[in-house]
Amino acid sequence: MRAGEIRVGIHSDQDIVTARQQGRALAIELGFSTGDATLIATAISELARNIVSYARKGEIILKIIHASSRHGVSIIASDSGPGIPDIRQAMRDGFSTSGSLGLGLPGVRRLMDEFEISSEAGRGTIVTVKKWKQ
Amino acid sequence: MEVPILKQGEVLIATFQAALSDADLEQLRRGLVLQVVKLRSRGVIVDVTAMDVMDSFASRTLREIAHMIRLRGAETVIVGIQPEVAFAMVQLGLTLEGVATALDLEEGLAYLTEKFKNID
Repeated sequence: MRAGEIRVGIHSDQDIVTARQQGRALAIELGFSTGDATLIATAISELARNIVSYARKGEIILKIIHASSRHGVSIIASDSGPGIPDIRQAMRDGFSTSGSLGLGLPGVRRLMDEFEISSEAGRGTIVTVKKWKQ
Repeated sequence: MEVPILKQGEVLIATFQAALSDADLEQLRRGLVLQVVKLRSRGVIVDVTAMDVMDSFASRTLREIAHMIRLRGAETVIVGIQPEVAFAMVQLGLTLEGVATALDLEEGLAYLTEKFKNID
């Protein structure tokens, strides 16, 4: 099993495809079912899309994570964009400021097991999500 | 990566590849609508069997394709959404409301043939 992390720079729509392909490959390598690998790839696609839409550029980091008796994958999506002024509002279904998404974060939270977000206006946003292998 | 569009009688068939970028999807939307006009097609089948991820942008583009083509007086049917992709779409909260779907190419063609019959 490979160690360390995979970093994918997100600058364009093509990078969204690269990031989700890398995420799917890692999930399959870790023994996730194709169903879970699809959930992970879809979450990566949405997170990378948020970066392109709101911050223009950023990074997705994929990591293998371990707990006492299980392992999984974590995805960190970070950018130095405008940040989210009201996270509670952004976590409500149907909320969008770019006029193109309307879903994004609450949907991503449903796809994954764990979800964390921190954002500061003018400094950027970091979203960390995790999926544990069943 | 360009999406091939095949013509079969009055129907156009577009087959998606796995790794379509947003730009590819937008190009397909433009291409399909232009071809429907040029060839006076009555139906469009979009085959997404190979697509491994259907995110918010992809499903919005599919809805737009279907609506634009309907405005031209033709019908669109999306075929081949994989079970795990359907599951992820539902979890994410995506819908293809108002868009016809069918199991595969064969059922998609049958659906359109039936539609044409009712109109003729």
